[in-house]
Amino acid sequence: MVRFFGIIVGLGFVSALIFSIIGSLPFEAAERTAVEDFHQKPRTLALASDGAFGKFDRKQLQRGLQVYNEVCSACHSLRLVSFRDIAALGYNEGQVKSFAAAHEVPSIDPDTGEPATRPGLPKDAFPSPYPNETAARAANNNALPPDLSLITKAREGGAPYVYSLLTGFRNPETYRNEKGEALPADSKPGTGLHFNPWFANLNLAMAPPLTSEGQVTYGPGNPKPTVDQMAKDVSAFLVWTAEPKLENRRAVGWGALGFLLIFTVLTYLSYRQIWADKKH
Amino acid sequence: MSFPWAEAYKPKSGFTQWIDERLPLPRLVYGAIGAGYPVPRNLNYFWNFGVLAGVALTIQIVTGIVLAMHYAANAGIAFDSVEHIMRDVNSGWMLRYMHMNGASFFFIVVYIHMFRGLYYGSYKAPREMIWLLGVVIFLLMMATAFMGYVLPWGQMSFWGAQVITGFFSAIPIVGEPIRQLLLGGFAPDNAALNRFFSLHYLLPFVIAGVIILHIWALHIPGSNNPTGVDVKSESDTVPFHPYYTAKDGFGLGVFLIAFVIMAFFLPNFMGHPDNYIPANPLSTPAHIVPEWYFLPFYAILKSFTGNFLWIPAKLWGVLAMFGSILLLFFLPWLDKSPVRSAKYRPTYRTFFWVLVIDVIILGYLGQAHPSNWTVLASQICTAYYFAHFLIIVPILSRIETTLPMPNSITEAVLSGEADEAHPVGVSATNPAHPEPAKA
Ligand code: HEC
Ligand code: HEM
Repeated sequence: MVRFFGIIVGLGFVSALIFSIIGSLPFEAAERTAVEDFHQKPRTLALASDGAFGKFDRKQLQRGLQVYNEVCSACHSLRLVSFRDIAALGYNEGQVKSFAAAHEVPSIDPDTGEPATRPGLPKDAFPSPYPNETAARAANNNALPPDLSLITKAREGGAPYVYSLLTGFRNPETYRNEKGEALPADSKPGTGLHFNPWFANLNLAMAPPLTSEGQVTYGPGNPKPTVDQMAKDVSAFLVWTAEPKLENRRAVGWGALGFLLIFTVLTYLSYRQIWADKKH
Repeated sequence: MSFPWAEAYKPKSGFTQWIDERLPLPRLVYGAIGAGYPVPRNLNYFWNFGVLAGVALTIQIVTGIVLAMHYAANAGIAFDSVEHIMRDVNSGWMLRYMHMNGASFFFIVVYIHMFRGLYYGSYKAPREMIWLLGVVIFLLMMATAFMGYVLPWGQMSFWGAQVITGFFSAIPIVGEPIRQLLLGGFAPDNAALNRFFSLHYLLPFVIAGVIILHIWALHIPGSNNPTGVDVKSESDTVPFHPYYTAKDGFGLGVFLIAFVIMAFFLPNFMGHPDNYIPANPLSTPAHIVPEWYFLPFYAILKSFTGNFLWIPAKLWGVLAMFGSILLLFFLPWLDKSPVRSAKYRPTYRTFFWVLVIDVIILGYLGQAHPSNWTVLASQICTAYYFAHFLIIVPILSRIETTLPMPNSITEAVLSGEADEAHPVGVSATNPAHPEPAKA
């Protein structure tokens, strides 16, 4: 009985599928889109924090913080990171305090209750440059600059994607893809948009933020602040903001693996011993 | 329950005797997973996965309870409370990554466990009840995992909830009210998040309860084995302890190594980047996909594109998606072949491997960007899925010629040589336990 009904139901599903297939024939060849032809995979970016043994390069993170602070923070917030967290980049308490105090954070005037600002404290999060989303959109051609705290985890491609994006602005008039094709007219950027073949739909509302060598002045003993170098540094910094416990995690992971390796070898040996004279 | 030669529990001290007379818990453990439980001696590593599923559930419950101490089920702050766990709670990142990857490992383990059951025919008489309870556990796991994924309130959480609860609205008349009941509103919102959290906390304990029934049912006939031949005499079995406790201990080590590699070194490999973007009802992600363990079912859902027999395509998809799991409840009666193990069913074995590859391809298609060819491929694979369980297996179980089977497990293991008659640790000359007559 079960088998009889099973076969009926099975034939029902199979017929519905055959019907679906026939209904979708003949296939119409799908038009290739500009995104398929022009979108680029992230370029390679080697960071000290890569790999199972990787550690953050603290000097590079400090440079990245500087780039964020002097360039990106004009439009992007970092709301999940507090000033005190930068102690992990190798700053001492005094440096953290003065870094925080150099930022104005929103507060309330204690006398009038009106919105006001005050110098930041280590416990405060990096402030947003705009009072609210409407203001942010109004200042950016109706686009919203995303919070950057998690950006390297929130995009396919991670840090290499951010690096490629920052160095990926191209002239839409002269750009040619691998096949030598020019960008079709309807894929050229509209007003307020900028062509970047690494961006998902090729045109984004962010103007190239890093444009010239020396835009940020690095202290002595650091590499030259070329656009490429600044883009690398800020990407490395954004890996840290997204995953501040990265080094800790790998250290615990190695400890756990060491323990488990011993555990597994011991249990394997006792397993062999117990089963030694038992064929199975 | 169990076999006549099972070792009986004997309290070793006055204290254990005292306990045994009042609460015979040590006796229960001894008979369930101790030396008092005879198990076929020829089980291979596939039989480790039941215990591993229990370990995975334990990991989920322990990490989940601590996470719940810091998580806030409120649409306004849920996302940030998860990031607070990742950044500020002591070892919070570890709890969260273990819970996140633990869910994937739970499914990996349970899929292998189900593969084992299908390959060796463990769902057949007399183990139907174990199998039915297993399918119930599987459904509960899927519900738990789906609701858990909503809790961080990222983009995929929100849109996943939107799409999955949307399936219900395909059902005529009752569908839309069911959807609103699930969500507590017209779209996923605070009400939905709160009830999902409540249920996500409840269901693992329901699963734990059903597992007790699952193992109870298992202990009536005892475990199946790779030959599928019934246990016939004492020499076919070994006591669970120490033989299988040792083997399960080793399996546990290997499992935990794989788990640690993923949770500590590649924690986001099985996740989706969009779930690190806070939920935004006004911005639909370019490509909504469920977690990897739902992908084959998602592909089945999407493969019905034509209205057929007055049933709209969308409803066909929903029926097929639920049907693809519910049909497992009928499997013990769809497959009436008296031979359990695929080892002795060459034709079934071929079809079964086709099914395994078919499901893997469906998983791939579930996340692929849709094109004419991926839709066609998922239609063909879905058709095979249903044809396999509902047409091929029932017919095959009547007409298949099977291979000759060994007379007993011992014979299969020793393949003729009689170099031992009795397992270590079980007395050879216990007159109270005569060997049962060979069937
Ligand atoms: C003048 C304002 C401005 C500055 C300065 C700026 N950005 Fe942006 N950024 C934007 C806007 C606006 C968007 C949104 C673009 C869109 O969605 O089209 C954006 C988007 C992004 C994105 C997301 C792209 C995606 O995949 O969605 C990243 C990453 C980013 N910016 C990084 C940076 C970094 C790093 C810096 C500093 C070097 C920086 N931005 C400086 C305005 C700015
Ligand atoms: C929460 C998840 C589960 C847990 C913790 C669990 C636990 C166990 C354990 C400990 C065993 C005995 C050891 C073994 O044979 O591997 C077992 C056996 C079994 N399980 Fe599960 N199980 C789970 C889910 C499932 C599911 C989803 C199914 C199938 C739909 C299933 C089907 C079976 C069957 C058929 C057996 C008997 C196998 C045999 O004797 O050959 N289980 N289970």
